[in-house]
Amino acid sequence: MFRRLPDKTDAGVVNFTINGEPRVGRRGDTVAAVLLLSAISPTRVSAVSGEPRAPYCMMGVCFECLVTINDIGNRQGCLIEVTNGMRIKTQTTRREAGA
Amino acid sequence: MKSIAASEYDCAVVGGGLLGASIAWGLAKLGQRVVILDEGDTAIRASRGNFALVWVQSKGLGMPEYAAWTVQSSDAWTGFAGQLRDQTGLDVSFERPGGFHLCLSEAELDARSLQMKRLHNQPGGVDTRTVMMERPEIAKMLPHIGPDVVGGSFCPIDGHVNSLRLFRALHVGLAQFGAAYLPNHTVTDIRQEQGVFRLISDKAEVRAAKVILAAGNANLHLAPLVGLHAPMLPERGQIIVTERVQPFLKHPVVTVRQTDEGTVMIGDSREERTSPEGMTTPITAMMANRAVRMFPILATLNVVRSWAAIRVMTQDGFPIYDQSTTHPGAFLACCHSGVTLASNHALTIAPMIAAGALDETELTAFSGRRFTRRSDVSQVA
Repeated sequence: MFRRLPDKTDAGVVNFTINGEPRVGRRGDTVAAVLLLSAISPTRVSAVSGEPRAPYCMMGVCFECLVTINDIGNRQGCLIEVTNGMRIKTQTTRREAGA
Repeated sequence: MKSIAASEYDCAVVGGGLLGASIAWGLAKLGQRVVILDEGDTAIRASRGNFALVWVQSKGLGMPEYAAWTVQSSDAWTGFAGQLRDQTGLDVSFERPGGFHLCLSEAELDARSLQMKRLHNQPGGVDTRTVMMERPEIAKMLPHIGPDVVGGSFCPIDGHVNSLRLFRALHVGLAQFGAAYLPNHTVTDIRQEQGVFRLISDKAEVRAAKVILAAGNANLHLAPLVGLHAPMLPERGQIIVTERVQPFLKHPVVTVRQTDEGTVMIGDSREERTSPEGMTTPITAMMANRAVRMFPILATLNVVRSWAAIRVMTQDGFPIYDQSTTHPGAFLACCHSGVTLASNHALTIAPMIAAGALDETELTAFSGRRFTRRSDVSQVA
């Protein structure tokens, strides 16, 4: 559904993984952007209701894009740029304290 | 000479926070024509910064009537929340699973135990059913407590609510009842002429048969305009909010609670400051440290927000409900617990005001006259 606009082709390449699978992005991409590009959905479930969620506001407000990044859960994907070696995991179970 | 027009409203409520909105909602429900004069978005508003407990234990040492008043409100809360839901469709998530005060040392536990004993034994006291608990008993109800928790007190009628949704439900309900809400109308003067109050703000003048001062700490300056006395002593509190996680904390603790939306709120501070601006790291660090000692798994959570807010507080910490003898029809309400006491304000205070007078037998202990009866030293300049 999402595709990259042609304006950032010379930004440089970044290698990372989503759920263990190698992926390639552009320097400056946010985690939420590469998740949308990957077409993986949902990217998490609500901690309280268990409802499926995916990136929405892309500006740090709605907290719908929460994912696990380098083993730290519930991070706001839209506020974090991908880096080489980053491990992104979607949250398929309700986020638990202490988990 | 221009004649005074008949008042446009039965009741003018000054202050649109939780206290003013609760009283106004109760008045409007009874068919009173109500107007609320409120400050704007930049007002220092306790209603948007509070911790949202409906709390009974600890209340009323030195004034047993306050403990009884609090128990009455806690008991009325389920019905109040139901009325708001029926009218507005908004569920304010009121729950009363019982709440804890946790102690992190034997010294804290001894002090807590003594305080509960004094509260229970004071003449005219009401039974809040608060009990002291040892660690093993607490661990059965709060399995995540850390090794530093030695004991605490538990009150089965303590609870909590989603206070932002309560704020919204009251204002939605007020609009449905036809009450007028006037933001950015900071009241600067109140005059009573021929039985009608004229409330003057920088925006407009409003006329009403009765006036209810519910302006939080600003009551200090408004009360003397209608012959009343409201000695306030604002405090500052700080709050930390974590990310949302699966519900794990079944009972609110006075300083740590998990909201219906999954976030954990931590609030464990009291400062004598009047500006909500500028949080102080030593205090938030102390709060976080104590919370993590109570529940070690909190250390794994991300913090997403923190803020400082001003508590509305009277000089002796107890509510003031009063009516003017020099300006009949003028009422005063000041209190710290705008959430806990919301049901009383809507369902008990408002009907009294609608009927024309506060019930002296029920509310005489809460009169502001208690401050002027004391020695000259305690009087406010």
